[in-house]
Amino acid sequence: MRTLVRSAGVAALAAALFAAALPASPAEDTAPLKTPQWSFTGVMGGFDTAALQRGFQVFDNVCAACHSLSFVAYRNLVDIGLPEAKAKEVAAAKMVTDGPNDQGEMFQRPAILADRFVPPFANENAARYAMNGAYPPDLSLIVKAREGGPDYVYSLLTGFADAPHDVTLAAGMNYNPYFPGHQIAMPPPLAEGVLDYADGTKATVDQMAKDVTQFLEWAAEPKLGERKRMGLGVMLFLLVLTGMFYAVKRAVWRDVH
Amino acid sequence: MSGSTQPSGGPTKGVLGWIEFRLPIFSFLNSSVGYAYPAPKNLSYWWNFGSLAGVALVIQILTGIVLAMHYIPTAAEAFGSVERIMRDVNYGWLLRYMHANGASMFFAVVYLHIFRGLYYGSYKYPRELLWWIGLVIFILMIATAFMGYVLPWGQMSFWAATVITNLFSAIPLVGTAIVTWFWGDFSVGDALLRRLFSLHYLLPFVIAAMAIIHLWALHQHKSNNPLGIDMKGPQDQLSFHPYYTAKDLFGLGIYLIIFAALVFYVPNSLSEPVNYVPANPLQTPPHIVPEWYLLPFYAILRAVPDKLGGVIAMAGALVVLFAVPWLDTSKVRSARFRPIFKWLFWVFVVDAIVLGIVGAHPPGGAYVPIGQIATAYYFLHFLVLMPVIGKLESPLPLPDSIATAVLAKGKR
Ligand code: HEC
Ligand code: HEM
Repeated sequence: MRTLVRSAGVAALAAALFAAALPASPAEDTAPLKTPQWSFTGVMGGFDTAALQRGFQVFDNVCAACHSLSFVAYRNLVDIGLPEAKAKEVAAAKMVTDGPNDQGEMFQRPAILADRFVPPFANENAARYAMNGAYPPDLSLIVKAREGGPDYVYSLLTGFADAPHDVTLAAGMNYNPYFPGHQIAMPPPLAEGVLDYADGTKATVDQMAKDVTQFLEWAAEPKLGERKRMGLGVMLFLLVLTGMFYAVKRAVWRDVH
Repeated sequence: MSGSTQPSGGPTKGVLGWIEFRLPIFSFLNSSVGYAYPAPKNLSYWWNFGSLAGVALVIQILTGIVLAMHYIPTAAEAFGSVERIMRDVNYGWLLRYMHANGASMFFAVVYLHIFRGLYYGSYKYPRELLWWIGLVIFILMIATAFMGYVLPWGQMSFWAATVITNLFSAIPLVGTAIVTWFWGDFSVGDALLRRLFSLHYLLPFVIAAMAIIHLWALHQHKSNNPLGIDMKGPQDQLSFHPYYTAKDLFGLGIYLIIFAALVFYVPNSLSEPVNYVPANPLQTPPHIVPEWYLLPFYAILRAVPDKLGGVIAMAGALVVLFAVPWLDTSKVRSARFRPIFKWLFWVFVVDAIVLGIVGAHPPGGAYVPIGQIATAYYFLHFLVLMPVIGKLESPLPLPDSIATAVLAKGKR
């Protein structure tokens, strides 16, 4: 048994050495990601409600002009600590098509809590038409849909720079070393002074990028806090249970030789 | 305490006796997993993975049935319905993360279970059919997991479905017709998604049936053991209950701890981020990769430059396992007594891991020749080394019985 475990270790090590010796995949020409401290990573991590609310403010004021957030409903804003009345207000500022009514006609009405975030464009074609052919993806799952997750989104948002001399940008493109190919159709969305935070925090580019990234992490994984809290209880329970199983096993096997 | 088994008679009095008289379920349980089922007294923890595979299957079926109550198998709604499960269904996130990571756990224990069998020669006489049934379960699992992976209808789901169904077009003459027939259409879409969902629901129950037959065959000649020699009498045995029930429960605890750590803390660590992008038939992802547990087979598929050749190699990698009981010419079961084969086994383990690593990377550069060498070695191991070494190697002397070996070890 012990030799078997040892051999297994040797085999794993050999494979790991082999993996380390191999070249990294090509095509990954992007800059190494920045890695800020997030409140929501780690075993005990969770969301910071104040940051989520600021992040929502950034999303609503800036990103929502181009990006949809179609898996999030206005009612979900209550979960990040917005009072219900405020969430209703946010919803009512947007119009949605409903119907048909008694006369068989579709009509416009203000959005309500049950509605999903109203997209800025009617469909992909309309978005591309408005954006010079580029398509701003839906952001509901963007953090989970990209390698590097929140670090990637944060790096992207803070990574806009002037193109180096040897790079010629295509028309309408912006230089960003974190984006595959380094040329992105999104203009730098954040700039000092685009908004004042309701809670008085200074709205620097870095602060806004962090906050909106946390908001997008929440949009992608709203049950993160609940999951980690439950996880702690489950892990403790299982550790005790397994300890008890071990004791039982020892007791049952005591006289076997 | 003596490990001898007790008579398998069930209850004779009271309600239980009433039931037993009509349906002898208690004596059946007793002789299957109870006091009356003998197991070798020297089984190590490598013998835990069978019961864990059973637990994994039950977890998949239970979580899957509830997921299926909320899931919508149409190209337009599948992705959104999975997101609804994650957001709006009570504990839907838990169900889905359990189901997705449960598949990985299932494969992990089944791989350990298979490698255990390869090390200790559990496939040899008289357990050849048991080995075969296990392989059938493994193949059904591969099919089930592939179909399940298609259901969330993300980018990787869609493109995996496209790549895998297209493999059948390599069949000469009728290939394209077969693929169209699978698709139920001229492209991957609604029709294929629905049939994959239907089959994904069906196959786990076929697996469950196979698992019962697997146990039936197991109980005929009982478990093999680390020494690879047969039980010769009560001194070599322990009754399954309470000895191995207790040991299996402890193993289950460890399993659940690892499973919970995945589900609650890193639930997306084993899956590809692109699968959170909805399927888009007009945009191929930069590299298409299967889930980790299928990577070695994917590497074998790509090692052969020709499409049909690749498909044959991949199928061959599975088919060759069926011949292992006859390819292994050694009379000795356990690698513990086989000085050369023991090392070949570990080289094979490394080879399988190397294939997995190669499968994870886009084909190019050093990965191409490494994948080809590793593929060649895979077949070399089974088709050449196993038969030849079995003949050449002189095994170490086997102990007289399990009991004497265990006692000798206890004295040391
Ligand atoms: C003026 C319109 C516009 C605004 C405002 C805007 N974006 Fe974008 N965004 C785009 C476009 C267009 C793309 C597609 C870029 C491409 O594919 O080249 C994009 C792409 C992205 C991507 C995806 C990058 C990738 O890896 O594919 C992220 C993440 C993103 N935007 C985040 C944001 C955030 C966060 C905000 C608000 C702070 C924001 N965007 C504001 C237009 C915009
Ligand atoms: C052998 C057992 C099984 C295996 C290995 C398996 C594997 C998988 C995998 C890998 C996925 C994709 C996970 C994801 O990324 O979402 C999946 C999804 C799914 N499976 Fe299974 N499954 C099994 C049994 C079942 C059963 C018995 C049912 C239903 C009765 C079921 C219903 C579903 C449903 C509805 C989905 C889609 C929802 C989702 O993506 O989470 N599965 N399965």
